[in-house]
Amino acid sequence: MKKLRIVVSLALISCITFYFLDFAEIVPQQFHLLEKIQFVPALLALNVVVLISLMVVTLLFGRIYCSSFCPMGVFQDLADWLAKRFNRKKKYPHFHEQKILRWSVVFVLLLAFLSGFQVLITLLDPYSAYGRICSAIFKPVYLGINNLLALLGNHYHNYRFYIMDIFINGMASLVIAILTFLVIGYMSFTYGRLYCNTICPVGTVLGFLARFSLFKITIGGTGCNSCGLCEMRCKASCIDAKTKEIDYSRCVSCFNCIEVCNRGALKYQFHPFEKKPVIPLQKLEPDVSKRKFLLASVLVGMGFFKKAFAIKDTTVKIKEIFTSHNVAFKKEHPITPPGSRDVRRFNNACTACHLCVEKCPSQVLQPSFLEYGLVGMLQPMMSYKHGFCNYHCTVCTDICPTKALLPINQTEKKALQIGLVHFIKENCVVVTDGTNCGACSEHCPTQAVSMQPYKGDLRIPTINNDLCIGCGGCEYICPVRPFRAIFVNGNPVHKKARVAEEKHEPKVKVDDFGF
Amino acid sequence: MKAVALTGVASTFKWVDGLEVLAQTSKATAINRGFDLVAVMGGEPEVMFRKAIAELGGMGKFVKPGYKVTIKPNIGWDRVPELAANTNPALVSEIIKQCLHAGAKEVNVFDHTCDDWRKCYKNSGIEEAVEAAGGKMLPGHDESYYREISLPKAVNLKTTKVHQAILDADVWINVPILKNHGGAKMSISMKNLMGIVWDRRFFHNHDLQQCIADCTTLDKRPVLNVVDAYRLMKSNGPQGKTADDVVTTKGLFLSTDIVAADTAATKFFNQVSAISLDTVGYIGKGEALGLGTTHLEKLNVKRIKV
Repeated sequence: MKKLRIVVSLALISCITFYFLDFAEIVPQQFHLLEKIQFVPALLALNVVVLISLMVVTLLFGRIYCSSFCPMGVFQDLADWLAKRFNRKKKYPHFHEQKILRWSVVFVLLLAFLSGFQVLITLLDPYSAYGRICSAIFKPVYLGINNLLALLGNHYHNYRFYIMDIFINGMASLVIAILTFLVIGYMSFTYGRLYCNTICPVGTVLGFLARFSLFKITIGGTGCNSCGLCEMRCKASCIDAKTKEIDYSRCVSCFNCIEVCNRGALKYQFHPFEKKPVIPLQKLEPDVSKRKFLLASVLVGMGFFKKAFAIKDTTVKIKEIFTSHNVAFKKEHPITPPGSRDVRRFNNACTACHLCVEKCPSQVLQPSFLEYGLVGMLQPMMSYKHGFCNYHCTVCTDICPTKALLPINQTEKKALQIGLVHFIKENCVVVTDGTNCGACSEHCPTQAVSMQPYKGDLRIPTINNDLCIGCGGCEYICPVRPFRAIFVNGNPVHKKARVAEEKHEPKVKVDDFGF
Repeated sequence: MKAVALTGVASTFKWVDGLEVLAQTSKATAINRGFDLVAVMGGEPEVMFRKAIAELGGMGKFVKPGYKVTIKPNIGWDRVPELAANTNPALVSEIIKQCLHAGAKEVNVFDHTCDDWRKCYKNSGIEEAVEAAGGKMLPGHDESYYREISLPKAVNLKTTKVHQAILDADVWINVPILKNHGGAKMSISMKNLMGIVWDRRFFHNHDLQQCIADCTTLDKRPVLNVVDAYRLMKSNGPQGKTADDVVTTKGLFLSTDIVAADTAATKFFNQVSAISLDTVGYIGKGEALGLGTTHLEKLNVKRIKV
């Protein structure tokens, strides 16, 4: 059982991790299904099939999800395994369930979700936190190794590997990923699955279901001499060898205890009902005052979140400050990725797992810091610093596990206006230097920016708003600094762009060379 | 003994950067005794190229056995061949085959693309054509593939970083496609050199027309310019909007003189959409820098209709 668990866990975490790292599209895009079966993304995407399957699995076999499916869970097992390399006699003490803490976290997260304060879910969802670790920590290492191989290969005229630019996807994202890595890594290095059983909201919810699971690990019988070996080796600290009780809400079905027991006193078997201490009758009456208190605190809590972390009004008027002919500007709205429809909807649905950030071939999706306000911290936004959105590409919308980005096809993408171009004539090379340029128009796939006659032989960029899709090609390539002559401002609600139609004009016939 | 000595000298020429120019120039002079410019119309790209190169004395004139050859098509955009934003893959394929036939040790192909390079290489059909023909696609998306060179004859662009595939090749062949261009007016042979450099923003920021001419003054000039005008982009260039921008003209121009090649191609283009040679600044500026001539009447031109 334990071996099977280890094989499945390692296979899943390897696939998930490699999918995050794989920039060269070695593995097929279908690997995003492994992200779609994660609990919180499935919940946000209202993926009923996945949710019911996960619940049924838990009700049948216990917290298999936490044990093998959740990459953060397996990551902790790896840290724990490493700890055992250093200390072969590592012991986990038994302690009581931190029920209040566990359910408070779930409660607060529920409040946060209802009041649109997504950032807490972003920080605590185990899958998304693991995704960010992949993106911010593992990816640069992977790229570094790739670049070494590329240098070596290119030296021998082999171009199977090619150099990739390594850059940090925003400091906030890096710092939070490192903190997550260190905190959860330390917790598991020292205490095993402590995070899963005290903080992780998914652990709490699935733990609640696992109490009622049909198959459970049982302890006792004639074989048990209360030696306490199982208790010491339980990474979830859920076995009490003295009372021969197992707290099934914390058991992650790792089967370590079964293997460690010399007397075969622990078994994984059909065991639908847990013996419960008899509850005094009066306790079964609903406590009305308690419920009232809960309801009141929900309402107050929601108000608190709304007030304290009111979604920042991102509207800042474009400021124009003249500094040595270069007009400064500030973007009014951050640009949300294709398929997000509108910024509010997006902010409430994204958990910032950064899968899209890693899978974007143009590196145009970058984690935000406070561009969306605190609520949307770390959620991806379009940044035209390293690239621009490819006209034909829909990868981010295809793979998003939370459906924060809804799937769109190529035709829809080409008619989707995520932002609108702004031209600052005073900054343009054609005006300031009186020379040709046209880099913006060159990169415009729809010719929303086209070159029209200006002074003499010169041509100047001219904007056709209804054709613009906000891809940022113009902004990316504009050579003017510090402030560019052209930039894209986000559409808080995505709009439709006009698609230029083919007119099938009669073609010119050329019969001669012309010289 | 004499032969051994000559080979020795030749190999020295190959390795010394300054003398390499002499080697290339002497090659050009040898060819100039024949036709300066070959223009073909009416055939498929590979058929027209075979006829044209035969008129210039065959690929063997440019590519010697054991040479490392680089071919630089225009692969700037994530567009299919029918939209004429990139060089015709059938033409690139034929050139590679001819190089290998002439004894080239290896034929490399690259471009510093504008769209995502992997998508451009794939969707242009060029990657597939190159690999099938026996050539090799090299990446050009990272600064580490470029080395700085100085351009002493240049006016604005005094130094720039050029792709190592150009610098390390024995000879390279320039294979642009004929296009309208919003910024530079026309995109042909000289404009295609913007794909061998790393920092293009500098060009746009320091008089684009002058920089294009400046870049062409590099020591390692193409031994041959092959202008693909099988399909040309008459408007909305260099990327194009729809198939309306494309005209199938079935033309091809070959010349060792880059200014002459661009002059001929511009005049050909003028029949589809009016363009005056004077407005394409870099052609005149190139002539002023001594890179070639716009006076086609003074050249020995071969015109072929298939």
